[in-house]
Formats: sequence, structure tokens, C-alpha cells
Amino acid sequence: MNIIQKHIHALLEKDQRLDGRKFDELRKNISIEYGISPKSAEGSAKVRLGNTEVVAGIKFEVITPYPDQPDKGTIMAGVELLPLSSPEFESGPPNIRSVELARAVVDRGLRESGAIDFKSLCIKKEEKAWAVVIDVYSMNDEGNLADAIGLCALAALKDAKFPKYDEKNQKVVYEERTNKGLTLKELPIPITIVKIKDKILVDPILEEEEAADSRLTVTTLEDGRVCAMQKGGKEPLTAEEVDKMIELSIKKGKELRKVLEKSSKEK
Amino acid sequence: MYKKRPDGRKFDELRDMEAKVGIIRRADGSAMFRIGKTIALAAVHGPRELYPKFLQDPSKGILRCNYNMMSFSGSGERVRPGGSRRSKEISMITENSLYPVLDLSEYPGAVVDVFIEILQSDAGTRCAGICAAALALADAGFPMKDLVSAVSVGRIEDKLVVDLDKEEEDYEVEREVADIPVAIMPKTGKITLLQMDGICSKEQLSKVMEIAKEACNKVYEVQKKALLEKLSQ
Repeated sequence: MNIIQKHIHALLEKDQRLDGRKFDELRKNISIEYGISPKSAEGSAKVRLGNTEVVAGIKFEVITPYPDQPDKGTIMAGVELLPLSSPEFESGPPNIRSVELARAVVDRGLRESGAIDFKSLCIKKEEKAWAVVIDVYSMNDEGNLADAIGLCALAALKDAKFPKYDEKNQKVVYEERTNKGLTLKELPIPITIVKIKDKILVDPILEEEEAADSRLTVTTLEDGRVCAMQKGGKEPLTAEEVDKMIELSIKKGKELRKVLEKSSKEK
Repeated sequence: MYKKRPDGRKFDELRDMEAKVGIIRRADGSAMFRIGKTIALAAVHGPRELYPKFLQDPSKGILRCNYNMMSFSGSGERVRPGGSRRSKEISMITENSLYPVLDLSEYPGAVVDVFIEILQSDAGTRCAGICAAALALADAGFPMKDLVSAVSVGRIEDKLVVDLDKEEEDYEVEREVADIPVAIMPKTGKITLLQMDGICSKEQLSKVMEIAKEACNKVYEVQKKALLEKLSQ
């Protein structure tokens, strides 16, 4: 155990956190910026969660629908932990951490909540459908990339406008964008909670992530239902702890949802 | 005859530029450089130990650049993630364009990593990347003989044109275009990057070098201002 972890443990005994927050308190400076790559991306956004920063961009592609879902389009999510954003991240193909973030935080939340009606992405049954490709990149990792990434993916999706599709030549005209956006029926908001010793903390900073025994990311909907979960870390959780974590994530999800909704109004 | 540029710029006019130093807290140095709609971000990590060990140079540190386009940063289709032949080449010429201003003799066995990410592209990404990288290295506090400023000069039919945008670069089909990215050490005027796609006469090329030097000096002013802003914080 390193000295910072010891310090974190000692503080927790006194019900304190390293950065002075309460256990159930999100970082204060949360901001969302839209259209950060407006020429190239059909939708884009930047999210700051404390000092953690991520960017996301949306590209539309035309695909042949899967044989078992001939009248549906799809979404694809990718997360890259850029070596630019942290001395810990290395170049190369996606490692397990970025795969987990893409699958468990971005893809699962959107897919399971039915946020996007895949049928509305169909251009011609059995032949052509839209694939919405969401790519999220870490820009600065100071803890809790998961929640920043989830929020940023939603913001970029809100920002997105379909490009024109040229039926005659069967190709996407990327230079021309329509006024049509994506209809998001739900906003699945992930909240990450870590357990250090017997304490439960929301929105961990880097040092807390490193000291964490286990973590749980819970993705919730507006009505308080849960649409995705992902446990991490080597230590187990008790059923009571899971209950507490879910309850907390519903409460905090509401706060983050407000930030997202308010930010889109200002746009 | 090429009479008018699509965005109304003069033939020797650069697009508007913006630079910011110190944008990524967890990097040892970082910067953003925007020219027109092209946005490049750069971060420096290091000096740090280089693995595998056989890559180390016992006499000095090495510089390693990595240029990457974010998947949504291209015009048109999504750029597939992972390195391409193009990004490998640009990474290498970026290294070469920055080496002459750096002195890494104090860091034997170490590597200085420079990561360049293109957030949005509208031609001139390699030059923007080099400008951002030079700023990031200065921000990291490395001893540098000079800065590096880069811009592309082109020939469109009979005109020599500074800082082509994507529309001009894509003329190739209807008009004759040559694209010549140049990086310069502003103090001495020495050239650290020189490439060309297209055809030019010898006379045109000497004129290109003159124009490039002048244009790079304008880039340099923007870079210098950004560094001073960071230092005065």
C-alpha cells in the first residue's frame, strides 16, 4: 500500500475524502460543450468531470442490416484511452479496460435502455440501414473516466444530425447534413461508486480509484430504473452494499441528468 | 488561371489561427493548435525509460512522435482506428522536423513521447500537428534551440498559394495542384520538413521557399503568444 492510499484510509476513518468532498458528492465543475468537431463529425461533444476530460464524436455509416434484424440499424461504440491523456496509457490495440468501457458503459446503457429506436435507423428493409458509430477518447484522466465517457457519448448523440443519403448513387453525402437528429427516448446515465475498506464513495478521483477494493457502475434512467451494471475490482460486495450503491447511483444520476438537460437548453 | 480562393483569402493569406498551451494536466507538456477548421492537439510524456531496452540510445534520449486522426476527424467516412501507412509516415516526418531544435543529450536511455491527435481536419493536419507538438515540447520545459513553425504552401495552376484548405487540396481533378508542407526554425530560417505532392518548376520552388518562410513567421507569432500567455499565468 502506498502512502497516498494510507492517507486515504486514514481520512476515511474521519469521514473525509482527499479532495474534501462528502462521500456522496459529485465533483462540482462538470461541463458539457457541444460541436467540438463540427466539420468532420456528425455530432460531437466534450465533457469535463472535475479535471477529467473526454471527447466524443459520432459518424453515420450505411450498413446491410443483420439477417436476424432486417428492419433495424445499429449502434457501435468505441472507447480509446489515449496515451496523450495519461502516462499510464499505452499505444496499441484497445486493451481490456477500454473494451470494458465501450461495452459496459456506452454500448450496454444505450442498447438495453432502448434509448435509440433501431427501427428508425432502417433505410430499406433487408438492404440498407444506418449504423451510428460513437467514438469516445480520453483527453485527461483524473479519475472516473467511465461516467465522463457515458455522459459524453450521450451529449455527442444529442448533437448529431444525419448526413444526406443519396438513394440513386447509394452513398452517404457527408458534405451535406440534414436537420434530422437522433431521437433519444432515454438518457442512460452511468454513475460509478467505489468501495474503499467499508466506505462507499461516488465519482472517485484517480487516487481513490487506485485505492478502491471494488467498484460498481450503475446506469439509470429518468424514472429511476436501472438499465445496466458493471462490477469491477477484485474484492466482493455484500448485497447490502450493492443496494446502497444502486440507491446512491439513482440519486446522483438525477443530478448528472440535470446537467445534461440544462446544457442542451443553452445550446 | 486561378483567380479567387473559395473562402476569399488572398493568395498569401493564412487562415485564422489559435494556439493554447497547457491543455492536458496529466501530460508533461501539451498544446492545441488550430488553423482554420483544422485542430491538432499534442501532449508530451517524458523523458521516461524506453522499453524494449534495445531501442535505447546510451548516448542520448530519443524522440518518438505518434500522429493519429480521431475516427470522426476526417472529411467523409469514419477513419478506422489504429495506425495507417499515412499516419506512420507523418509520425516519422514529425519526429525529423522537431529533432533539430531539441537537445536530449541529458537523457540517455530515455524516450520523449509526443502524441498528436487530430480533432478535426480541413487539410494541413501534419503542419498543425508539428506546430502543436513544438509548443507542447516547449511547455514541457525541454531546452530548445528554437521553435518549429509549419505551414503548407501550394501551387494552384499559375498561383502560389499559402495554407491550402481541403477544398483547394481536392482541386486536383479540375485544376493542377501541388502541395508543399514546410516546417521552419523561425530564428535561422532552416528547414526541418519539406515534402511535395505535385509538379513545380525550379523557379516556382525557390519562390515557394520564400513564401513559406514568411508564412511560418506568422505562425511563429501565434505560437509565441500562446507560450507567453501560459508563462504569464
